[in-house]
Amino acid sequence: MAIELKMPALSPTMEEGTLAKWLVKEGDTVKSGDILAEIETDKATMEFEAIDEGTIGQILVPEGTDNVKVGTVIATIAGEGEEASTPAPAPAAAEEKDAAPAKAGAASVSESVPAAPASAGATEKAERASDPAIPEGTAMVKLTVREALRDAMAEEMRADDRVFVMGEEVAEYQGAYKVTQGLLDEFGARRVIDTPITEYGFAGLGAGAAMGGLRPIIEFMTFNFAMQAIDHIINSAAKTNYMSGGQMRCPIVFRGPNGAAARVGAQHSQNYAPWYASVPGLIVIAPYDAADAKGLLKAAIRTEDPVVFLENELLYGRSFEVPDVEDFVLPIGKARTMREGSDVTIVSYSIGVGLALEAADSLAGEGIDAEVIDLRTLRPLDTATVLASLKKTNRLVIVEEGWPVCSIASELAMVAMEQGFDDLDAPVMRVCNEDVPLPYANNLEKAALIDTPRVAKAVKAVLHR
Amino acid sequence: MAKAPARKTAAPKKVASTPAPSSNREQPRDPVPYDATPEELEKFYREMLLIRRFEEKAGQLYGLGLIGGFCHLYIGQEAVAVGLQSALDGNKDSVITGYRDHGHMLAYGIDPKVIMAELTGRQAGISKGKGGSMHMFSVEHKFYGGHGIVGAQVSLGTGLAFAHKYRGDGGVAMAYFGDGAANQGQVYESFNMAELWKLPIIFVIENNQYAMGTSVNRSSAEDQLYRRGESFRIPGMQVDGMDVLAVRGAAEAALEWVRAGKGPVLMELKTYRYRGHSMSDPAKYRSREEVQAVRDKSDAIEHLKKLMTDAGIAEDKFKEIDKEIRAIVADSADFAESAPEPDLSELYTDVLVEQY
Repeated sequence: MAIELKMPALSPTMEEGTLAKWLVKEGDTVKSGDILAEIETDKATMEFEAIDEGTIGQILVPEGTDNVKVGTVIATIAGEGEEASTPAPAPAAAEEKDAAPAKAGAASVSESVPAAPASAGATEKAERASDPAIPEGTAMVKLTVREALRDAMAEEMRADDRVFVMGEEVAEYQGAYKVTQGLLDEFGARRVIDTPITEYGFAGLGAGAAMGGLRPIIEFMTFNFAMQAIDHIINSAAKTNYMSGGQMRCPIVFRGPNGAAARVGAQHSQNYAPWYASVPGLIVIAPYDAADAKGLLKAAIRTEDPVVFLENELLYGRSFEVPDVEDFVLPIGKARTMREGSDVTIVSYSIGVGLALEAADSLAGEGIDAEVIDLRTLRPLDTATVLASLKKTNRLVIVEEGWPVCSIASELAMVAMEQGFDDLDAPVMRVCNEDVPLPYANNLEKAALIDTPRVAKAVKAVLHR
Repeated sequence: MAKAPARKTAAPKKVASTPAPSSNREQPRDPVPYDATPEELEKFYREMLLIRRFEEKAGQLYGLGLIGGFCHLYIGQEAVAVGLQSALDGNKDSVITGYRDHGHMLAYGIDPKVIMAELTGRQAGISKGKGGSMHMFSVEHKFYGGHGIVGAQVSLGTGLAFAHKYRGDGGVAMAYFGDGAANQGQVYESFNMAELWKLPIIFVIENNQYAMGTSVNRSSAEDQLYRRGESFRIPGMQVDGMDVLAVRGAAEAALEWVRAGKGPVLMELKTYRYRGHSMSDPAKYRSREEVQAVRDKSDAIEHLKKLMTDAGIAEDKFKEIDKEIRAIVADSADFAESAPEPDLSELYTDVLVEQY
């Protein structure tokens, strides 16, 4: 029986990749440990090794093929004494290339990768309300969130020599999640700096450099590790301007992925947005799409205030339209109406926005017209936009990929009660993760995280349907 | 029982000890006592006396309820800030310290009035009354605080040094911390990066023998704190922190090293605080006799006064200086007591710099 070689998953969140190069050809004898191919993901180029001995039967996916789904059979190995036979042809990856990218993204989650988290399913929709900050008719370019973040940093570094990036693996490794890819080549080791694994130390170093007049971007490999450094984010960066009577500023950006990733367990899966958003003196931003990631990161680098910029690993690889303009900067502190509706207001941020949009689309089929608001900035919170929408729809659901207790959702519910009580026709509902540390097992993880059906259910509840 | 405080320097040639060379690595030169001019001696004396009298007055105002919260006095340690900072270039070098910060500000020439007014929580205070004793800053003087979290200033100071190197402005950062902070983890994270990247920084451990009430021997496995940088290849110096000329001399040697681009230096200044850790310290962890012995035998101001007397300065001159300093301190206290409290609208200012 021939052994099928399948496209491997090289990271917890990988759904597809490019088969960059075959290092063997049909008929070659291979043994365990031989490198068969190079596979490129959006994060890295990895070597694919043989685990079994045998002869390469047929190469089914030619090199240079993009968007090869994890699990696709890419070649076969015939065992000792076997004919190098051909299995039933696997779905050619090349066909996927022609499919609409949005469709391909959605399909990859539900069909090809059962291990992918439930929360990764949202895709952009054409009917989305346009961002008021983007003028009508602006040329758009498709970028991943990862590329948008990189471009934002690169543009600001070109414009201002005081800006530098520091963190673990940001330079030679090209970013643990490839967000800083290419920056070392362009800006050199003076401005793109690999640190030792010492978050407390380099967060403090960054804050000190900001106090001393520079514009540091401190990357945390994930915000889970920033807990080691939270003293500097809060006590050093956030409070100094106030404590000095406005004399000493700390213009710094702390950025990195936040929230649940995929199957990485409790210590690597937490949404810190409510923690940081509770601190006066900080700006907290958590974008959803690539345009907001770019426009808000540029604003974050430019502002005189310290910023916590919360990204999401599961969003890094997703593509969105980004305005193709010279210097795309968005205002901090402004929510964005992603979809207009009249029956109910769904408020979310970061990855939850995708779920909210997906739920809104499915609810539309049931005659429910939901408005979706992306908060984008969590401190200062744009309560005016939320309250104006509530005034229109009279019903509010908050969707948050994070714990329910002391959350952004609880805060917004309080805002609605204090300032929008008369507009409420139903109690505010929140859709949050389960109130447990995030489990590892696939089914438990899914059960713990928010998903589209839960959003739809809450919406129906506030509509008494 | 604490170790004997800093040994008195009865004019030894060598004022600081560098570790026995454990390798052939280059070390900063052995420091020698600073050869001060009569004018410089008088300047040091004035500055040290100003710190002493200022702190005594602050203690008094605290007792009267005019100063609140935590208030950590620098009495006994004056020679450290004065000796070290006199060697810095105020136009380009930066200074950062912890919460025992009044002395470092006075030594950097910051107006005693605005410091005292901050202690009394007034609008005219250097932080508009919003920082207090532990949180004072003067970006103008390149004094970066005034930080209340033990050890935080070491990482922040390393960042200041990073900024000096990044800009290539020739400046050196001086980061002070205590023997207590010397056990904090972030100190060693900072040591590592500072040496790895050859940052222009002088790490200064003000070893006043007690971290609050815990003596160095009770808290530190390696109690020779100048050796704490060795595993990072940071050269260390142990200096008599009760002798301003020894301190200044050691600062010169350290600055030569750092300014030459050779990376950081760790200086341990052996000193002693006469007062409690803060105003609320009952001081049960040491005897009155111990404190008195240091005052009698090792006081930094008395030591300098003796040197000046030996050099022919008459007692009248000291009386004149003392009178002047007392007047400055009295003025600052009057100012701090009479200046108005912050306007209530200040509650909401300076939270953020920009409008969103």
